[in-house]
Amino acid sequence: MSDPIIRMTDIEKHFGSVIALAGVTVEFHPGECHCLLGDNGAGKSTFIKTMSGVHKATAGTIEFEGKAMNFADPRDAIAAGIATVYQDLAMIPLMSVSRNFFMGNEPIKKIAGISLFDHELANEVTMSEMSKMGINLRGPDQAVGTLSGGERQTVAIARAVHFGAKVLILDEPTSALGVRQTANVLATVDKVRKQGIAVVFITHNVRHAMAVGDRFTVLNRGKTFGTAVRGEITPEQLQDMMAGGEELATLEGSLGGTV
Amino acid sequence: MSDAINSDERIKQTSRFRQALIRPELGGMVGTVAVFTFFLLFAFDSGMFNSQGVMNWSVVSAQFMIIAVGACLLMIAGEFDLSVGSMIGFAGMMIAIFSITLGWPMWMAIIITFVICVAFGAINGFIVVRTGLPSFIVTLATLFILRGFTIFIPQTLERKTIIGGIREAAEGDWLAPIFGGKILTGLFQWLGDAGIISVFTRGNLEGQPVVNGIPMLIVWALALVVFGHILLTRTRFGNWIFASGGDAQAARYAGVPVDRVKIMMFMFTAFCATVFAICQVMEFGSAGADRGLLKEFEAIIAVVIGGALLTGGYGSVIGAALGALIFGVVQQGLFFANVESSLFRVFLGVILLFAVVLNTYIRRMITGER
Repeated sequence: MSDPIIRMTDIEKHFGSVIALAGVTVEFHPGECHCLLGDNGAGKSTFIKTMSGVHKATAGTIEFEGKAMNFADPRDAIAAGIATVYQDLAMIPLMSVSRNFFMGNEPIKKIAGISLFDHELANEVTMSEMSKMGINLRGPDQAVGTLSGGERQTVAIARAVHFGAKVLILDEPTSALGVRQTANVLATVDKVRKQGIAVVFITHNVRHAMAVGDRFTVLNRGKTFGTAVRGEITPEQLQDMMAGGEELATLEGSLGGTV
Repeated sequence: MSDAINSDERIKQTSRFRQALIRPELGGMVGTVAVFTFFLLFAFDSGMFNSQGVMNWSVVSAQFMIIAVGACLLMIAGEFDLSVGSMIGFAGMMIAIFSITLGWPMWMAIIITFVICVAFGAINGFIVVRTGLPSFIVTLATLFILRGFTIFIPQTLERKTIIGGIREAAEGDWLAPIFGGKILTGLFQWLGDAGIISVFTRGNLEGQPVVNGIPMLIVWALALVVFGHILLTRTRFGNWIFASGGDAQAARYAGVPVDRVKIMMFMFTAFCATVFAICQVMEFGSAGADRGLLKEFEAIIAVVIGGALLTGGYGSVIGAALGALIFGVVQQGLFFANVESSLFRVFLGVILLFAVVLNTYIRRMITGER
C-alpha cells in the first residue's frame, strides 16, 4: 500500500453550538477512488470543504504529502493540488467551453508589452483535452450551457486534471444525472484514477460508489464508521451504515476492526 | 474536428443564421443599419448628413458611448450603477467648485475630481460586495446622496446652482484641452478651403469651416470603446469579468477574485461618468446641479440594445457602442426630420422592450434552457 497523499486526523468542525464533524479520520491514497458516503446532513459537505480550504477545522490535523497543512482559503488548497468539482457550480453556462476551461488560469501572451489572453492556445488545449475525455465539441467557443450535465462534470474534471490536481474532490457528481451520463462520469473517474490522482468521490448512491470505489468511508452524524476496502463490504452493508448504523455490531468483523 | 463517427445524432447542425444570432452585438448591428437606412430615406435633405448634422449626432452618440462602456462592463460583471447620472452632475460641480470658487488651477481640479469620483465608485462597489445587497438599491441610495450634494454645495458656497466661467478658467491649462479641445482642426480647415464641407460665409469667422475639428469627447468615446473591447475579449481580466457576472460563486471556486473585479468595474463606471462630466463642463463652460439627469437609464438602455443581459455574464462593448450610436442618431434624427420630440421616448420604450425580449430569447438559445 502506498503512502497516503492526504491524511485527515481527528477533524472536528463546530458551527457555533452545532457540531458538524466530531472527530473524523480518513486517509486518501494516490491512484485510488475513495468514496465518501453519507445521508443528507451527515457532514460530507463540511468535510470536503474543510479539505478544500473553504472551512478551517476547529480541531484536528491535515497532512498533505506528509507535511502538516493549514489552508487559509480555497486558493491555497488549489495551489497545493487539491481541486474540487462542485455539483452545480462547476461551470458558467453563458461562457464558452474554452473560457470556462481556463477560468482563473488564463494563458497569457505578450503583445507589445500588454498581457493578452492567448485564445489560440486556450482553444487548442481545450479541444484536445475534450476529445481525450470523449466529448466532441462543435468548437471551443461553444457555450457550456449547450452541454449536458454529465459533459459539464467531465469538462470540470478535465480542467482540474489539466491544471495538475493531485487530489480531485467530486461533490455528488452523479446525483443529478441520468443513467448514461452517470456512466460517462464514472468512466471519467476511472481514467483519472489510472493517472495516479487521488479521487475523493462524495455520493449517497451506493451503486455509483460500488462501481468505481476502491475504499469506502461512511459518515453519519459527523462521525465515521471507519474505512472499508473494496471486496470487504457489500452494498447492503454500506446502505445500512448510511442509514444509521443499526447493524454496526454485525459489521464490525467485516470492516476489519477499523471502527 | 467533430466528425460523424460519434457526434450526437440528436444535435441538429445549427445554421449560420442561428450562430450569428448568438453574437451579442448582432442586434446592435441590425439596428444601426435599420436606423441609418430609415434616416437616409426620410431625412436626407434635412441637413442631418452634412458636416454640421453629422457632427451633431456624432457628439450626442459619443456622450452616450462614454457612459455606456462603463455601464456595459459593469453589467457584464453582474452589477448595475444607477448613480451614473448623479455622478455626472456631481463631477461637473466639483470641477466648478475647485476651479472657480476655490480658484485652483484647472488641472488640479480635474485630477482631484477624478480621485473623488472614482473613490465614490469604489465605495459603491465595496458596499455591494460586502453586504451582498443588490447593486440596484445601493446605487439608488448613491444617486440621491450625490445629487443632494450637487445641489447643496454650490447653494451654500455660491448661492446659485449653476456656476459659469469654466471655459475662461481653463484657458492656457495643460490638462483641460484633453477634455475640451478639438483635434484635426487643420484637416477640417483644408476640407473647408477645398469646398468639401461648408464654411461660414460672413461675420468674423468668414472662411472658417462650420465644423472645425473633432471634439475630444468623440476621441474619448472611441478610445474607451477600444479599451473596453480589448479588456473584455482579449485579456485575463476580461475573462474574470464574464465569470463574475455569469456565476459569482462558481468563479470564486475557480480562483477568480470576484470582489476585486466588481469593485474595479464600479470604479471604471465612475471614471467614465467623470470623463463625460468634464467634457461637458468644458463644452458648456458651466456646471449645473441638474446635469446628467436620467443618464444612468440611458446608459443601461444603450447597453441592453447592444445585446448585454441584465442578469450579467454576457454582452459586448461593441454592441453597447452601437446601442449608443442608435440612441444618438434617432434622438437627433427625429429632430432633423421634424418629428415631435416626445415621440422619441415612445421609440425608446418600444426598442428597449424589443431588445430585452430578444436578449432573453438569445440567452435561452445559448444556455440550452428549455
